[in-house]
Amino acid sequence: MGEVIVVTSGKGGVGKTTTTANIGTGLAVMGNKVVLVDTDIGLRNLDVVMGLENRIVYDIVDVVTGNCRLKQALIKDKRFEDLFLLPAAQTKDKTAVSEEQMRELTQQLKEEFDYVIIDCPAGIEQGFKNAIAGAQRAIVVTTPEVAAVRDADRIIGLLEAALLAEPKLIVNRLRPSMVKKGDMMDIDDMIEILAIELLGVVPEDEAIVISTNKGEPAVLDKQSKAGEAYRNISKRITGEHVPLMNLEADGFFRRLRRLFGA
Amino acid sequence: MFEFIQRALGLKKDDPTASKNTAKERLRLVLVQDRASMSPATLEALKEDLIRVISEYMEIDQTGLEVSLSSEDESVALVCNIPILKLKRNAKEQETAS
Repeated sequence: MGEVIVVTSGKGGVGKTTTTANIGTGLAVMGNKVVLVDTDIGLRNLDVVMGLENRIVYDIVDVVTGNCRLKQALIKDKRFEDLFLLPAAQTKDKTAVSEEQMRELTQQLKEEFDYVIIDCPAGIEQGFKNAIAGAQRAIVVTTPEVAAVRDADRIIGLLEAALLAEPKLIVNRLRPSMVKKGDMMDIDDMIEILAIELLGVVPEDEAIVISTNKGEPAVLDKQSKAGEAYRNISKRITGEHVPLMNLEADGFFRRLRRLFGA
Repeated sequence: MFEFIQRALGLKKDDPTASKNTAKERLRLVLVQDRASMSPATLEALKEDLIRVISEYMEIDQTGLEVSLSSEDESVALVCNIPILKLKRNAKEQETAS
């Protein structure tokens, strides 16, 4: 029996879909059977990030309304045998699926897969409620900004009210150089404010833009810092203990300081 | 210039004017408000219930009654300012006797 994990954030644009694509792919690389479920009905994007947009025939609404069988709607990934996507419908809205239907769907999926990763829409309305309905674990994604952390706090409260205890935090798009200058909140600041356990830190990385352009998750890019962060996060999800990677670039002044023994 | 070198070498830390401190402080303030949220309607209902219960024991100035949520750092408290006009003697006993 697999595990259902929802990726959520409250605020839009902080990287829920990128995170879902990368940890899903990361878990598949490790040999797990994984399905990614896009619950952002009306604004589907996970298919594009995964590079699978041309293969969609049926979607999640077709499945829950009995328009097709679950197997027919699952799209197999280009690269991995055991990685699948259940796309959102693009022409319906969030009310096309109910919480009860989501619970049934995730129940069915976790019998087949080791990990069911749910990409939650932004907001706290029906789409959010649907996305968390069948989940056992939750990952909250935020960026080091006041608005994103504030929304993350609200989401954590709602997850706890829904008895999804102990959500884990991913801080996305961190810029180590700005943190160093004191112009960006650091990890400790956010952990302290949100009182939540950290799952990982993903640095700002141009490789994400390039990988999204191509439809190939950055987790597969061995050169990318963000990719490395997502590989670490995937390992932590399976229970492996991986220390946080060193985000500080070994810059000129750092070396200079070391030279003088500072 | 000296300051620039210090900063470049990373010797200068915890600059109180650093924008991250502004961000942290603003975040702390909005979260205190978010977490202590209670709709005005709920607050009004609470006020009416309080008046009803307290009136069994003392005569109070209902117009001067203030009820609010006050938040300090980590904790949130319910603060009531209730001006008393007259204390009823043996209020509860009278009620049970009757």
